[in-house]
Amino acid sequence: MPNLEHPAYPAADLLRLESLVPCRESQVSMLLSIFGERQQFSFPCIFIYGHTSSGKTYVMQTLLTTLQLPHVFVNCVECFTSRLLLEEILIQLQSCSSGTEQTSPVRCDTLNDFVRLFKQAVASQELQDQTLYIVLDRAEQLREMEANILPAFLRLQELTDRNVTVVLLSEIVWELFRPNMGCFEPFTMYFPDYSIGHLQKILSQNHPPEYSADFYAAYINILLGVFYMVCRDLKELRHLAALNFAKYCEPVVRGEANERDTRKLWKNIEPHLKKAMQTVYLREISSSQWERLQHVGGEAGQLKGLSAHTHVELPYYSKFLLIAAYLASYNPVRTDKRFFLKHHGKIRKTNFMKKHEKTSNHLLGPKPFPLDRLLAILYSIVDNRVAPTANIFSQVSVYLLFNLFLVSGIHQVLNVICKLINAKITSLVTLQLLSVVGQNDQLDGPRYKCTVSLDFIRAIARTVNFDIIKYLYDFL
Amino acid sequence: MSTCSVSKGCFVFKPRTKKRRLSDKTGQDFRCTSNDGEDTQLRFVTCQSLWNQIKSETEKIQEDLNKQLLDNLVSFLSRSHSDFREKTTEWTCRMKFREIPTAALVLGVNVTDHDLTFRGLSDVLQDNITPYVALLEAKDCPGIKNLMQKLMGQLMNCDIDVDSLEDEDCVQVSQNRIRGSMPSLISWYDSVTKKTDSDTPSKKRNSSSRHWQSPPVVVIFKDMESFSTKVLQDFIVISSQHIRELPLVLIFGIATSPMIIHRLLPHSVSSLLCIELFQSLSCKEHLSTIIDKLLLTSRFPFKLGEKVLQVLINIFLYHDFSVQNFIKGFQLCIVEHFYSQPLSVLCCHLVDIKKRVYSLSHDQCENIRRLPSFRRYVEKQESGKQIELLTNDSFLKEETEKLLDDLHVYHENYFSILRCLHVFTSSLPKYPLGKQIRELHCACLENRVWETEEYESSLQLARMLNKTDLVTMLQQCVEILIASSGKEFGRAIEKLKEFLTQFQNLEVAEASQERDVSVSPQKELQKKTDLYHLQKTLLELKESRRSKKLTKFEMLRFEVVDYIDSLVRRYLVPADNRTLHEIVYFNAAAVLRGHLNAAPRTALHTALNNPHWYLKNPALKCDGGGISNKAPDICIVYKLHLECGRLINLADWLEAFSTVVMAAEEPNADAASSDQVDDVIHARFIRAVSELELLGFIKPSKQKTDHVARLTWGGC
Repeated sequence: MPNLEHPAYPAADLLRLESLVPCRESQVSMLLSIFGERQQFSFPCIFIYGHTSSGKTYVMQTLLTTLQLPHVFVNCVECFTSRLLLEEILIQLQSCSSGTEQTSPVRCDTLNDFVRLFKQAVASQELQDQTLYIVLDRAEQLREMEANILPAFLRLQELTDRNVTVVLLSEIVWELFRPNMGCFEPFTMYFPDYSIGHLQKILSQNHPPEYSADFYAAYINILLGVFYMVCRDLKELRHLAALNFAKYCEPVVRGEANERDTRKLWKNIEPHLKKAMQTVYLREISSSQWERLQHVGGEAGQLKGLSAHTHVELPYYSKFLLIAAYLASYNPVRTDKRFFLKHHGKIRKTNFMKKHEKTSNHLLGPKPFPLDRLLAILYSIVDNRVAPTANIFSQVSVYLLFNLFLVSGIHQVLNVICKLINAKITSLVTLQLLSVVGQNDQLDGPRYKCTVSLDFIRAIARTVNFDIIKYLYDFL
Repeated sequence: MSTCSVSKGCFVFKPRTKKRRLSDKTGQDFRCTSNDGEDTQLRFVTCQSLWNQIKSETEKIQEDLNKQLLDNLVSFLSRSHSDFREKTTEWTCRMKFREIPTAALVLGVNVTDHDLTFRGLSDVLQDNITPYVALLEAKDCPGIKNLMQKLMGQLMNCDIDVDSLEDEDCVQVSQNRIRGSMPSLISWYDSVTKKTDSDTPSKKRNSSSRHWQSPPVVVIFKDMESFSTKVLQDFIVISSQHIRELPLVLIFGIATSPMIIHRLLPHSVSSLLCIELFQSLSCKEHLSTIIDKLLLTSRFPFKLGEKVLQVLINIFLYHDFSVQNFIKGFQLCIVEHFYSQPLSVLCCHLVDIKKRVYSLSHDQCENIRRLPSFRRYVEKQESGKQIELLTNDSFLKEETEKLLDDLHVYHENYFSILRCLHVFTSSLPKYPLGKQIRELHCACLENRVWETEEYESSLQLARMLNKTDLVTMLQQCVEILIASSGKEFGRAIEKLKEFLTQFQNLEVAEASQERDVSVSPQKELQKKTDLYHLQKTLLELKESRRSKKLTKFEMLRFEVVDYIDSLVRRYLVPADNRTLHEIVYFNAAAVLRGHLNAAPRTALHTALNNPHWYLKNPALKCDGGGISNKAPDICIVYKLHLECGRLINLADWLEAFSTVVMAAEEPNADAASSDQVDDVIHARFIRAVSELELLGFIKPSKQKTDHVARLTWGGC
């Protein structure tokens, strides 16, 4: 095990740090050697990447706080605009050495302002002789801000002419960051995933006070045996461990087994963990419901997961509208005649098909269709059952009329008349069952796509006794 | 309802404005078409009070129906941040990942009803749990920035509402410091909770009695489906970072199915949530309750006719599933009835009838005489009475009062017997008369139910019911009849109870009888050993079974079914056969359909294709398919365009247009028209075409120059 050594920092701090960051010693010592001594200029920008929960944020945070290095820690998701980001950095900078009380609101709109204010802040706070670290967590968000933000942060040392190092943390590789105009290349560093041994070690570290470390380690071993295949996320595993530990202890608490009786304990917990993998882990049922179930000792079967409720109740014509939309999305236009005309004659699929149509439409995904085609199909499929009433479609549409007539003005009113016709379709769009493709103008004939799955539409079609498979070109 | 527009077509009246207009002008609107002396003012007042009663009743029903759901939600919310409040430092709490408590509220596709539910929900939450409730809609939140701004705006406003007399500087501070970010939200929350802590003792007690020390912040996403994934994900990620400082609870309003959560959120985000599912009552059940409480009762004098009810139910089942719209339609029926039927003044509660009947004017009496059902009634009377009825107003009034009384009694009996019949039909296999009571009600209203095939088959099925079912049904019927307000059911209850006791006696008798009956053929079978005799006895046995005399139970069952049948024949007479039914029944289904089921495309087509239909100008009356040149230009252009294909050549179109226009005007000057189109006609054509474009029938095409594309179908 490589012991952490650095002449600039007290050995006690280093020892504490080492105990806090298990399995990340090599990375930490690497970082320390890059940082150098407090007053030394360090590399201007360090880019650290690695998979979810490989300890990037945690290591950085513990490193900086235990060694009491001046730093600013910002999560970029939280600061969704560049202004928020820059202001957040300045606010933290103000409070980082001079106490928390005076955080006067700063206003900083551009990077230019930022550089100026940053210089002021550093000058006023006796930080000149120490390296200041700015850590930007989830740095991939920076790419969505203005184009100058990322390159500027990469060269912040140069721009401000101060002793500052920017550390970017991200889950994606540097290649995806690099702007096409070119920029200063940061020092990249990779945090590898924790191996199963690492996970075992880290998870066993904080055991509950009532039980011995060995007992808990055995439990973690079983847990990893079940979950390691599907989940290597440390946070998630720790959460699962905490959720199921009570169940593991049950035989011990009841006195049926002692702590060393691993086989008995394993038999007790294993099916339980497997069930947890199918339910809690997938968030089918919530962890609090899971805990309550454990308390009562009930079966997980009583609680239906979220995916069990797939059924959607729709009004009668909405169902047909959806079916029509699905048919319009997945059938080639030329085949409409064959499916929906009474006397279409016999058309063999093999002769009929063009070359590119040999691939299944279901593999290619839904195609956009205009409103009129949807209507035509709707009429033809409803026709079989219901006598052709006056105008089924406008009947269908009227029901959003109270909402639609809120707009006024002559152009809007005309527009609304057209919208009225689209009303029912609009409501399906809001339910995310259909989606509008390239919406430019309501009058210009919008095109839609049906977004529901085959299983869903089959379930819908079954409720209205419509054999949808017979009408789908792919299944001919 | 009238409009100031000259054209007839599809006009939409927003319900609220309509109501306001009614209350502004009070009875004047009612008067405008009919002559005076028809109690318009009184009708208006009756209509208003009736609607108010019905409205409060529906609100009560809805409150009751939502109660279960709201209670569950409230208990979930009170559970959700318990460890936050208690600040436990237990090992499991430390180790566990801090998830955001989330309620997935599945509300069904009837989006129009959701507003009401959410309003009720936020009221309940503000009363019981927390003052900090924010309602977010997808259309307000295209980006995370807007979402945060909206959220903070709502939260801080609601705080200002709570202590409205607070000095203004806090408002100012919150306004100029409103940086839509999580840290500022947290600092706001800290300051607010601290303030309530250190408030005056009286106020503190007040607030702590309703809310806890640190009440959760509830964020409701009204339409989860419409939110963009990125906004939701970002918001969840951000708030999960701060869940320890800000006790946040999310509520997702879901219209389709909870699967949408997994579709919108990746596992890395949904693992930050602790989702519990809550399902609201299905809208069909909701409707059943509403119909049960509003329509199938004699409490309200106003009734819906069969066709009208069918229209409303069809709209519900076929189009929108919206209970709110159903009630709106019901309201429209009430208004329409009181507006169009002068005699609806008598559509009031029993106590007022006498007074109102005797204060009827002569005109109103004539109105009564004109009612078809009354004319039928008169024809059945002997001649002396006929003359009295037709000439003597006061005699007519007496008779009317009696008839209305009869009608009321009829309703009381009708609904009780309807429920009894429903008890029977709802448990039959395949439900020949419908599963829901509303279907049975419609069948009974439509015509004599006992003459229908379905009734016949359901009676046959009822004759095959087993004893336990039959007994429980009879018991239910007795309960219904006892609870009903009808006075004539004393005998019926007696009779049913008698049946029940007979069934009980039967049990005792049968038990003893069956033993010796069942033994004898068995014994005979055992005696015979050779095949021939065995066959013979078996055949005999079969024969005897076919022509066997009915058992006592079967006899009794027939009796019961016959008795129920007689009740049905006596009490479930369709309302159309009752005299004066027009006063309380609203039957104008066509009017209702016109209001609720507008057909804009058809209306537009009719207006353009046959302008006479709306303009009523005799000159426009066209015969057959010809195009009259007297019609407005747009109509001519429209008719011509119907004959074209997908792309229309503008030059040809203009040619045709000018031919039509010139046809009658100057038959002699054909030489001029052939080579050059008149400028005026050209301009008229251009205007008409651009009008068509504005209406959305055509659009300029890029495929061919000088062509426009048709947007409507039907092109050949």
